[in-house]
Amino acid sequence: MVEWTDKERQAIKKVWDKIDANKDGAEALIRVLIVFPWTKRYFKEFGDLSTNAAIAANAKVSAHGARVLNELDKAVNNLDDIKNTYSKLSVIHSERLHVDPDNFRLLAECITVVVGAKFGASVFTPDIQEAWQKFLSVVVSALGRQYH
Amino acid sequence: MTSLTPRDKDTIKAFMAKASVYAEEIGKDALCRMIAVYPQTKTYFSHWKDVSPTSGHVKKHGITIMNAVADAVSKLDDLKGGLLSLSELHAFTLRVDPANFKILSHNILVVMAILFPEEFTPEVHVSMDKFLAAVALSLAEKYR
Repeated sequence: MVEWTDKERQAIKKVWDKIDANKDGAEALIRVLIVFPWTKRYFKEFGDLSTNAAIAANAKVSAHGARVLNELDKAVNNLDDIKNTYSKLSVIHSERLHVDPDNFRLLAECITVVVGAKFGASVFTPDIQEAWQKFLSVVVSALGRQYH
Repeated sequence: MTSLTPRDKDTIKAFMAKASVYAEEIGKDALCRMIAVYPQTKTYFSHWKDVSPTSGHVKKHGITIMNAVADAVSKLDDLKGGLLSLSELHAFTLRVDPANFKILSHNILVVMAILFPEEFTPEVHVSMDKFLAAVALSLAEKYR
């Protein structure tokens, strides 16, 4: 059971309220595909991912990034049971999508970079970053939990 | 992993030309965030009276590190050779687990994104990530 301080709960909600899941999710996934190009292996049906420009312009990438980030809403509203919130999704990623769970960590890194760039130093303070990254690491852990 | 392409080197030099003016600020903030977000890294600084993220020691040390990173840009064509003595320091004296280089690199990248939201494009991000990974690899060269 993850323990959250009141400050951490507030920090996570504060960050989430300012996020535009559609726009920021798209940016984060675009960034993953460019910074960690081997992740393209999971998106062969998305069409043209051959250049950075193609990735950035790819509607399926943006839509998928948006979908993934919007999913975090469930976790934000279920901080005390993120593990079970994503157990079905974890099975899907393991059994159907066959995604190496290390990739969840890479996406979490890129989400943090996008959030930092968007919010700036006065909002995304070290304490806020700590709570946000703790939140993402719990999500990452939940998504990897049903792998066997 | 992969070595730096000519394109990477151009990107790194161009971005660091802008960023190195803020090296001290980047270093202070990155180390502060590293200690706040990854508290296990405090174990390397038990000799400091104050290991809180905002302590004077942390600020000063962040500056030292980031100045060295900025300096490494001038050694891009031979990081191993250029960072030899720093590698020996980390291998024989400091003995920092190399996993922590990745942690610090992440926080340097986050601070760069915060300070340069427009310039820190995905292209700059990947070249800078590769650069910091190459620096880390060179620092670990003498470990074993």
